[in-house]
Amino acid sequence: MAKWGMVIDLDRCTGCEACVIACHAENNLPIVGEEESAKGRQHNWIRIERYWEGEYPHIRARFIPVLCQQCDHAPCEPVCPVYATYHNPEGLNAQVYNRCIGTRFCANNCPYTVRVFNWFDHQWERPLDEQLNPDVSIRTRGMMEKCTFCVQRIRRARHQAEDEGRDIRDGEVQPACVQSCPTEAMVFGDLDDPDSRASQRARSRRAFRLLEELGTEPSVIYLKEDEWVEP
Amino acid sequence: MGDKAGSLTTNMMHEDLIRPLILTGRRFYLVVAVLGAIVLWGLAAWGYQVRTGMGVAGINSPVFWGVYIATYIFFIGISNAGTLISAMLRLSHAGWRHPVTRCAEAITVFALMVGGMFPLIHLGRVWKFYWLIPYPNERGLWPNFHSPLVWDFMAINTYLLGSFVYLYLPMLPDLALIRDRVAGWRRRFYGLLALGWSGTPVEWHRLEKAISILAVVIIPVAVSMHSVVAWDFSVALKPMWHSTIFAPYFVVGALFSGIAILMVAMVILRRVFHLEAYLEPIHFNNLGLLLLTFCFLWLYFTFAEYLVTWYGHLPDEMAAFRFKVEGPLAPFFWGMVLMNFVIPVPILAMRKTRTVTGCLVASLSILVGMWLERYLIVVGTLSRPRLEFAWGHYAPTWVEISILMGTVAYFILLYVLFSKIFPIISIWEFKQGRRLRAQKPAGDVPVMANEPFPGVM
Repeated sequence: MAKWGMVIDLDRCTGCEACVIACHAENNLPIVGEEESAKGRQHNWIRIERYWEGEYPHIRARFIPVLCQQCDHAPCEPVCPVYATYHNPEGLNAQVYNRCIGTRFCANNCPYTVRVFNWFDHQWERPLDEQLNPDVSIRTRGMMEKCTFCVQRIRRARHQAEDEGRDIRDGEVQPACVQSCPTEAMVFGDLDDPDSRASQRARSRRAFRLLEELGTEPSVIYLKEDEWVEP
Repeated sequence: MGDKAGSLTTNMMHEDLIRPLILTGRRFYLVVAVLGAIVLWGLAAWGYQVRTGMGVAGINSPVFWGVYIATYIFFIGISNAGTLISAMLRLSHAGWRHPVTRCAEAITVFALMVGGMFPLIHLGRVWKFYWLIPYPNERGLWPNFHSPLVWDFMAINTYLLGSFVYLYLPMLPDLALIRDRVAGWRRRFYGLLALGWSGTPVEWHRLEKAISILAVVIIPVAVSMHSVVAWDFSVALKPMWHSTIFAPYFVVGALFSGIAILMVAMVILRRVFHLEAYLEPIHFNNLGLLLLTFCFLWLYFTFAEYLVTWYGHLPDEMAAFRFKVEGPLAPFFWGMVLMNFVIPVPILAMRKTRTVTGCLVASLSILVGMWLERYLIVVGTLSRPRLEFAWGHYAPTWVEISILMGTVAYFILLYVLFSKIFPIISIWEFKQGRRLRAQKPAGDVPVMANEPFPGVM
């Protein structure tokens, strides 16, 4: 079994949000509009956090894409009363939509605040409804959801590899965000395979993990030349 | 004391306590109609929320819990008080407890029933709530016993069952008493509920024994109940939730607000049913002193909680701290201090103001203050998650306010109906208390070990 992980090079990230758009298209995320967004109900599985450093004119923007960190010790998992969020055999932090009853405890206990709740049922205006991804189920109101590392793509690659009697090749699985990143700031792969691109990058001296001090053991590794100061 | 109660004849007592069950005034129907209308309005708001989605409430990301959970803790808090206070008074043989126990126990049952609705009201998919129940099923799916929410579910149900039995059992002799004094359908109704109680010495002996066992057992159940509610928060990895003192802090807060609501209920019952001879100033005085003690206990816990957070000065913790103490929630925080301490303490500390009215004012103030405390705990922490980018705000919508009003009205309605159908003062226990007081000069009555506080004799 692979140990899936993602490496995000902050020194390459321009904050263009292509990953956010790609994620919306791949995972059937609704567009909730300005009003709902203002209420803090943006429906994004990945977001670009932007922080300003210094005062004008010596000002710099810093970006960090934040998505579900797929923690090995995920604080969201033990608090769910119905096992709707659990650790699957591949080490992914999975969300079973059908099982979720909507207590929202997982979202509260996520230190990264990356879980997204369906406050309403969603509609896709024509012709947007025709581009919905058939590999991803539509979630209804009252359910929690979050980044899955594009588990449907992992599944497909696994079936393909099994049919051909081989292991999944490095780079064969690419979540939508990784695939769409114009500066190749994001790399996805098996962290247990020392030769994978992700593993090689993860060994960088620039590597760190978000809120590492909490002991959540995230599977997302960030790279940054200077120290990333948590605001 | 004892003068007023002593002058009551048994017949007068029966008359006083049974009459309200039979005669119904216009005022009663009016109160029920008004409360019922508010309940229906709340129900409609809830139906709207279920059909449309949780988005009609003000909750958002990161404030995923709001008024519903705050009110949930509040109701579970006041529920803790009734049975716990009654059990502690029984176990300590407090000589003045007799007219107080039943109105306290009834608060517990109804507050639990209403409080227990909130976790369901706040569920995103309430139609699947039964997945919280560990029932055997063909798919082999069980709830997650590691989740505090499952502990909650079990604790609420255990406590509800326990406090229901604790309310019902001591009521049997009274139900039989009424059965023997009314006619028609009432006779059948109370006869059915009295479970054939005939008052033989064996029955009395077993009843006393059962009550004393229940009183002992119910205390750990009540304490664990509110501790579990506290652990809903303190097991979470959140700034200003992840605190070891939360369980005792919640239990103290629960007793605090519980005594307050008990006093409010007593004042109203006293007025409405003309029970001045039963609920005497001594009861308000004693409960007032108990409440005063809890004002200080509450301040102590709150101070300990905030001092350590402030002194440690961890950035994540301080964000929540500042949000509460000097940020947008500051009016709530300082309002809480005012309502829970500054207002009630002088009223309760001075004998001159520790009157029935004084106790009512202090109690109402504390009820508001404790609701604010629950709100601060829930909203304060959630508005300030660890990553600054995700910080947020929360304000309840009309749906949340309507449901809050509806449930409060429902609680009062249940209590009104209960006091209309059942004697709100335990007749046999009151008689027993009076008898024991009368026997006191004989000297060998251990039940009188605890005299009321001497100041008001």
